[in-house]
Amino acid sequence: MKQLYLGNEAVARGLWEAGVAFGSSYPGTPSTEVTEYAATYDEIECEWAPNEKVAMEATLGASIAGARSFCGMKHVGLNVAADPLFTASYTGVNGGMLAIVADDPGMHSSQNEQDSRHYARASKTMMLEPADSADCLAYTRLAFDLGEHFDTPVLLRLTTRVAHSRSLVQSGERVGIPLKPYEKNPGKYVMMPAMARTRHVFVEERIQKQIAFCEDEAFANGLNRIEWHDRKIGVIAAGICYQYAKEALGKRASYLKLGCVYPLPAKAIADFAAQCETVYILEELDDYIEQHCRALGVNVIGKDAFSPLGEYSQALIAKVILGEEKSNLTTDLPIPGRPPVLCVGCPHRALFFSLKKIGVAVSGDIGCYTLGALAPLGMMDTCICMGASISALHGRNKANPGLAGKSVAVLGDSTFIHSGVTGLINIAYNQSNSVVIILDNSITGMTGHQENPTTGKNIKGEPAPFVSLEKLCEAVGIADVRVVDPNELAVTERTIRAALATDQPAVIISRRPCALLKTVKHAPPLKVNKEKCAGCKACMRIGCPAVSMKEGKAEIDFTQCVGCGVCTQLCRFGAIS
Amino acid sequence: MSTDIMIVGVGGQGTLLASRLLGQVLTAQGFDVKVSEVHGMSQRGGSVVTYVKYGQEVTSPIIQEGEADYILAFELLEAARWLPFLKPSGKLIINTQKLNPMPVITGAEEYPADVLTALRASGADVTALDALTPALEAGSAKAVNVVLLGALAKRMEFPEEVWLNALEKTVPPRFLEMNQKAFALGRS
Repeated sequence: MKQLYLGNEAVARGLWEAGVAFGSSYPGTPSTEVTEYAATYDEIECEWAPNEKVAMEATLGASIAGARSFCGMKHVGLNVAADPLFTASYTGVNGGMLAIVADDPGMHSSQNEQDSRHYARASKTMMLEPADSADCLAYTRLAFDLGEHFDTPVLLRLTTRVAHSRSLVQSGERVGIPLKPYEKNPGKYVMMPAMARTRHVFVEERIQKQIAFCEDEAFANGLNRIEWHDRKIGVIAAGICYQYAKEALGKRASYLKLGCVYPLPAKAIADFAAQCETVYILEELDDYIEQHCRALGVNVIGKDAFSPLGEYSQALIAKVILGEEKSNLTTDLPIPGRPPVLCVGCPHRALFFSLKKIGVAVSGDIGCYTLGALAPLGMMDTCICMGASISALHGRNKANPGLAGKSVAVLGDSTFIHSGVTGLINIAYNQSNSVVIILDNSITGMTGHQENPTTGKNIKGEPAPFVSLEKLCEAVGIADVRVVDPNELAVTERTIRAALATDQPAVIISRRPCALLKTVKHAPPLKVNKEKCAGCKACMRIGCPAVSMKEGKAEIDFTQCVGCGVCTQLCRFGAIS
Repeated sequence: MSTDIMIVGVGGQGTLLASRLLGQVLTAQGFDVKVSEVHGMSQRGGSVVTYVKYGQEVTSPIIQEGEADYILAFELLEAARWLPFLKPSGKLIINTQKLNPMPVITGAEEYPADVLTALRASGADVTALDALTPALEAGSAKAVNVVLLGALAKRMEFPEEVWLNALEKTVPPRFLEMNQKAFALGRS
């Protein structure tokens, strides 16, 4: 019986069915659930790695040792793992190796909108792109056969709407894949110049074989597919854009659906285009397929009609190609926006409030706490990439010592382990007068609560050795390490001021678990004593979604309040308890 | 052609569970089904939307302006925000609960007065109910999502047992009784 599977869940099922024995990932929306679901299969040894580079290297090691293996990451994670990727392309594999990368067109939960297909071409690594959950399972299974056949790692590209949509899947059984024997083979696996030169020749030959596969066999096995209907409009698409096009155009167009986006066929594309009056390339983000077509001399419409920005949809395609729009209902109500906010009871809120009171510049980072950039806290000056809070603060303070003592870096526990610790080593080694605040909420928060090396648990929730942040910071050469509970406002403010006042690097560990953790016990909701309330709005300054003003008095929404008590500390009239 | 249902609300209100449960119901009825969800940053107290589509064959998993047959709104302002996505013949089911968004809390913007009147004036087929009171009666404010599913179930032509089966499959056992009660209250 077919069942609804989330795209990421179907990938995990495909991993299990393909006989995968090892996986290592770093969480990142929209890729995280692949590894969470994979970890539910006992036959797959799954891990959260400290970062994507470690994950991919572990995965390649497992492959060389003879196991089918995978790693998963979001698009920006592939930047971190790019180093091993480019060389894994040269070494090839022993057991099949799949790297799953999830792009986020529209930036639902990301800091940029990069198109990972460029990595496939740049690293000369085969890339498949599924269009729904059934494809997710089928392509994942196929990727291991292809990878072992061509001796290459394979990339599986997802986008948010494929990764986070549920559709019907017919699941299958696990294939019995024993470990392949390991044989020492320096010519293949020791990538120093003499060996790598030989392997580069292999890589170039491999691409030619893969192109031949994409022209021919890929159509026989359904990975690439042509659907002939009306030939006035021809659509070339991969992934979610194929679904949008089908819904918008139905049988008014013919389709070339590409399941393999690197390498791309040449002849098949030219033949398809020759039989259609007008050919549209429907691809979100960059003109990746379009450029390929233009290089072939195939006349297509792509980014001249469609944007490189954001997500596409059936409505957009119908409007641009057919000039059709649906009628709908409207009101002229002014509707306030509802941006995401720090959760009620979030320990980051109190920390940002203290920083605002002190009035420092904040070198920010990637995580829930990036929301501290928004009103009313507005306490972030920069946010670049994982770990950059620390390294960028160092550069800032070195280049402009006048700013030291007036600026801090903030980043989470998981982000610190991911790539913050290297920046901290740099601060200690090259001695900048920088204050780093690690927001230790005992979990990887934004991606939905994953364990990490600081939490004392592994991906399955089993006990694991944990990194002591205090000892780690001391060990890299930071003499001034302090720990505070951010919800104790007065102590936190004093501690930050003290660290800023010294002329040496300092780390403050702001420690309080995420309010959403099931292990966190909440106090009963707080209430405002309306007689004591002066309506001064001091409690509103923290931007808590549960606190609002009603008829000149503060009011606390009992359905939301978790009794964290931060607003209580702000009330000079003792009106909140 | 598919029948398109949008579930809109505020991150944390339980829209994800509602869309999963609805997906179960529709799958059990033998339809092709697609459900599109929101994860990550946008879940943190922001405006959230999930799409559920069913029919003989569903291609795109998302719903666009003028396409929704039903919008199930967990919050009043969110009903207004997503109204343009409703078909002129579509049905709008609204929980009248109000949750202030941050720009309203900070005083930068105002929560519009009389949203319901404006929605009715748009020509939409509006059903408004207070889902919070029955949810609290069932045992928790968190059961608002299941109360609203009950209200949706009343307007869809599937047998009650299919909904109750899906509830049993989706909800943790210790919360089942509360959710069954919430569903019954929403459906009544």
